[in-house]
Amino acid sequence: MSTPDVDVIVVGAGPAGSCAAIVAARAGLDVVLLERGPFPGSKNMYGGVVYPRILDTLIPNWWEEAPIQRWVTRRSTMLLTDTQALTIDFRSEAWGEPPYNGATAFRPDWDHWLAGHAEAAGAQVLTDTTVVGLIRDPGGAVVGVRTDRPDGDLRAKVVIACDGVNSFLAKEAGLYEHTDAKHYTLGVKETLALPKEVIDERFAVRDRHGVDIEILGCTGNVNGGGFLYTGLDTLAVGVVLKLPKLAAQKKRPEEIVAGLKQHPAIAPLVQGAELKEYSAHLIPEAGLTMMPKMTMPGMLVAGDAAALCLAAGIWLEGVNFAMASGMYAGEAVVEALQANDTSATGLAGYQRRLSDTFVLKDHRKLHRAPELVLSDRVQHLYPGMVANVAERMFRVDNPHPKPGLRRILNEERKKAGVRRRDLLRDGWTGFRSFG
Amino acid sequence: MTDRIISFQERMDTAEFRVHHQAHIVVDSRVCADCSTRECVIACPANLFIPTSDGGLVFNYEQCFECGTCYIVCNREGAISWSYPEGGHGVVFRRT
Repeated sequence: MSTPDVDVIVVGAGPAGSCAAIVAARAGLDVVLLERGPFPGSKNMYGGVVYPRILDTLIPNWWEEAPIQRWVTRRSTMLLTDTQALTIDFRSEAWGEPPYNGATAFRPDWDHWLAGHAEAAGAQVLTDTTVVGLIRDPGGAVVGVRTDRPDGDLRAKVVIACDGVNSFLAKEAGLYEHTDAKHYTLGVKETLALPKEVIDERFAVRDRHGVDIEILGCTGNVNGGGFLYTGLDTLAVGVVLKLPKLAAQKKRPEEIVAGLKQHPAIAPLVQGAELKEYSAHLIPEAGLTMMPKMTMPGMLVAGDAAALCLAAGIWLEGVNFAMASGMYAGEAVVEALQANDTSATGLAGYQRRLSDTFVLKDHRKLHRAPELVLSDRVQHLYPGMVANVAERMFRVDNPHPKPGLRRILNEERKKAGVRRRDLLRDGWTGFRSFG
Repeated sequence: MTDRIISFQERMDTAEFRVHHQAHIVVDSRVCADCSTRECVIACPANLFIPTSDGGLVFNYEQCFECGTCYIVCNREGAISWSYPEGGHGVVFRRT
């Protein structure tokens, strides 16, 4: 068997890959971080909010240097029908001060910044390099990768696959039992340019404070959701769409975004803003249902490649799960190489760390949430029902006296065609998953 | 003030693509010829799959976001062969 060129190969310089590389390189290991784009982050997009507290130990006072757009101090959840909008709006000044909560940021900026830390830790970052397959020993253990460079084979003691939602490496290794279109959503986004003062005024924020709006009921026949985030002098508006539902109807993704932008509650917010960049990406949406095996002899999988994305309606998180899983993969690899054991047993520290921390605890706690939020009733019946209840609560219909809430609820439930026991069951599921 | 409606081509031109001469996605039009559902046509966010008047399907790879939607929604075995473009090529999202 030929000798390894390096200790660790990390495939993909996204948030998972860079955090894995930082940990491994700081421990003194010889690390190569491969990136297929011309710079880290060049292939990556998301809606726009990152929750970076997991970096507290890795990069103390990260907020003093992280390339963020605005700190999210205002979070809204919106239910839309064609003509109505019901919003729950929360703001906190505490989220505008260290250690902060969430921030809007562009992934090309964010990922480039994190990869810089990997490089500073001693990892060798190799861009413009696409990994095309795994090198395995006769026993099946991963011993390296093939790249599209001339003489592009690279051998290592361990490979950490952080190659994103399509993870051809995890699939090639057979770590996914099956992949199914229903486990994915497509995210499409428009980045719109708008002067900072206009954004501050329209969204009632100041300085570096910003807004995160999650929207339900804006995707027509396609199950999914919408979002609107404030950058410094940009807005990000877009939708996430369940793939099989999207493919089974006639509206194209950009037309669904256009519909959202024309909604009476959204149009005044985005008016006059000019398209700066249109982009799209897949999201592994099904959580535990789709997760692959995380380790095999010689290889670990982290980030989107391991389907570690939390898409649970009011919680939409991914970059934090990627950074954490990358970090834990790096720690497990350090341990394994110290013990000189890269077998499944040697790498078991990774799975243990995932299980003991928020990475899998949040997923276990919220495992029913993605299905509930994307269910037909939540998507197509409840927004209208709830909006109608609110409209009748607040409508002054003199000379008629005010109807009681129970009567309104009952009437609107029937009008929407929702059975009482389904409503109770969904309420109970929601309470159990979120409570 | 009403906002100007932009064409799909203008929309795609806002993103940067470093096109490689070799296609990273290959579509076998023989397999697609008798497909009536054509999931890729609606779902591809870059609108790269265009039905032709004679019932065929024309495909461009140049302005591809490399998202993977097409091969995941496709119901036909072997219709879409998908891999990443050569290193350094394909979509390049913008830094600020």
